[in-house]
Amino acid sequence: MTVTADVPGATGSPRDSETLMEVTGLRVAYGVSRPVHAVDGVDLAIRAGEIVGLAGESGCGKTTVANAILQVIRPPGRVIDGSIRFRGREINGLSPEELRKFRWRNVSMVFQSAMNALNPVLRIGAQFVDMMQAHERVSKRDALTRAGDLLELVGIDRRRVDSYPHQLSGGMRQRVIIAMALALEPELVIMDEPTTALDVVIQREILQQIQDLQRERGFAVLFITHDLSLLLEVADRIAIMYAGEIVEESTAAELRDKPLHPYTNGLIESFPPLMGPRVKLSGIPGSPPDLAEPQIGCRFAPRCPYAEPKDAYLYFRQTNERPELREVSPKHFVACHRVEAATS
Amino acid sequence: MNAPAAELEVRGLRKEFPVGGGLVTRERVHAVDDVSFTLKPGRVTALVGESGSGKSTVAKLLLRLYDPSGGSVIFDGRDIASDHSRKNVLRYRSRVQMIFQDPFDSLNPVKTIRHHLARPLSIHGIVPRGKIDQRVNELLETVGLVPPEKFAAKYPHELSGGQRQRVSIARALAVEPTVLIADEPTSMLDVSIRIGILNLIVELKEQHGLAFLYVTHDLASARYVADDVLVMYAGQIVEQGPIDEVLGHPRHPYTQLLLSAVPDPSLVAESRIELSSGQESVAVDPRAGCRFLGRCPLAIEICSSVTPELVVDGFGRGARCHVTAPSPASREDINGRPDQ
Repeated sequence: MTVTADVPGATGSPRDSETLMEVTGLRVAYGVSRPVHAVDGVDLAIRAGEIVGLAGESGCGKTTVANAILQVIRPPGRVIDGSIRFRGREINGLSPEELRKFRWRNVSMVFQSAMNALNPVLRIGAQFVDMMQAHERVSKRDALTRAGDLLELVGIDRRRVDSYPHQLSGGMRQRVIIAMALALEPELVIMDEPTTALDVVIQREILQQIQDLQRERGFAVLFITHDLSLLLEVADRIAIMYAGEIVEESTAAELRDKPLHPYTNGLIESFPPLMGPRVKLSGIPGSPPDLAEPQIGCRFAPRCPYAEPKDAYLYFRQTNERPELREVSPKHFVACHRVEAATS
Repeated sequence: MNAPAAELEVRGLRKEFPVGGGLVTRERVHAVDDVSFTLKPGRVTALVGESGSGKSTVAKLLLRLYDPSGGSVIFDGRDIASDHSRKNVLRYRSRVQMIFQDPFDSLNPVKTIRHHLARPLSIHGIVPRGKIDQRVNELLETVGLVPPEKFAAKYPHELSGGQRQRVSIARALAVEPTVLIADEPTSMLDVSIRIGILNLIVELKEQHGLAFLYVTHDLASARYVADDVLVMYAGQIVEQGPIDEVLGHPRHPYTQLLLSAVPDPSLVAESRIELSSGQESVAVDPRAGCRFLGRCPLAIEICSSVTPELVVDGFGRGARCHVTAPSPASREDINGRPDQ
């Protein structure tokens, strides 16, 4: 089986042949009378075969970005602006039939509570067959054989096609979901907190497996999690989201060694170290802004240790002007007035 | 006994649950099997393990939400596990308090914060009626919710997750307990908020001399707050001791496995130990032998036939492993009787 882009016209020649998914100026709002802009002007590019991490706290809009890419945002939520291009083709506004082909085959998703995403009254094999037959003409027998292959791929005995979900442990169910997401050989797999509900040991095993499979098969991954320490290990590139915006984006190594945005810094310093001296940490004081209110100035300013009236000009900008995401060094983007002042 | 008065001591605690539907032969899960430890004033003891290891069952046994199948819980010189007198149970419950995992579910949505804190004060008669408001404000200040008057008048939905968790800590403190049990108090909170709650736990320990049991699966946060650690696996304590020693020089292979699985970008990937594939812990009608056997890279012959004992030295440091911490008896089994 070869990797094919099934969306009509998707095989054309996009400007950057490497760019798989390009999100520009994405804005998503929930609610009508008092709309909450959960995602407010997000740009994100995912190249073929790359693991991109999207990190942030609950309510920052990271899952909404994933849902927008797959076009599964339900009313009253809606995409109000921006474009989502897969291999140069606009996904926003595709018909349900076109979307049906696009999902799973081009982009698949492992949801947050994927462990509970399996149908409890159907055998594992039957669920694979269902999914495959929804997308291609394949006999039940062939589909079951392929289901077995896929289970082996994620380290599960192929005889488990005859099991029911409750007969598998949480970690195994999560592997089954990952196997399903890979079944049609998509070029991009979106994983939203794929290991959050699991124990550290199982989490470690599944992460290893995702990385091995990704290296072997070359699909791209958008890995969404609140756990930055995890992303620093698995991702090639990481975007940090805060209050609906991307505030910093860089390679994992650069972000670990030279985080520039005070929020990124605060996040990294919120993880107590396992080794070395014990130091008192402070976390990040305060809580994220209410996105139903109009946002003036930098959204992080109320929690920012560097937003002080001392420097009047900087403080005025911090409280009145929305910082733009700028490239401050090669491939390192930051949205921060203070960083901007220091680097320009 | 020369131990401090507010100490809680657990001896040989056991809890079995029946599983499956067989009428005649019912299998039993040994959720907690021969667990012993002491909680000391001014110390935080972390109880770590994976889900299903029995750590939350231990917390529930201490709170008397379950009756133990065996063993004792000694508090104030009395075994409360077998004490069913209402007066003693009430008294015990006011001295041993719980902080729950989910700050979103543990507060009543239609009552103000003041109500949540005033109620235990009046039920247990902690302060005279006229002083209740003053005490509520003090409690809110203790947990860092200032100005207290503002927070007291709020409803739970008006607070963030971290603030709600602070309210539930204040509520636990209202009855002036000497022992606090916190079961994953930060796992529902955002990472940037967690540290604040952990710092509060350390503060309470230091300023109020509380004895803490901190139940978690997160080794890094355990190290941040705790003085001692108990590592549980399949219902048993497999390693214990001062936390820096246990994490710095883990003896039990399960502790080593746990440590190597924690995401820590500062560690190089090569230093991780090879993982054996994901078998679940076995505690359903366990046979003799080590429960970690199926996942253990160090297993030797005796491990499949003899259950290892928890060998504890004079400093409270101990491990349950035939290979890395052999007991005198098992040493005899390994070395002394070559025929077997």
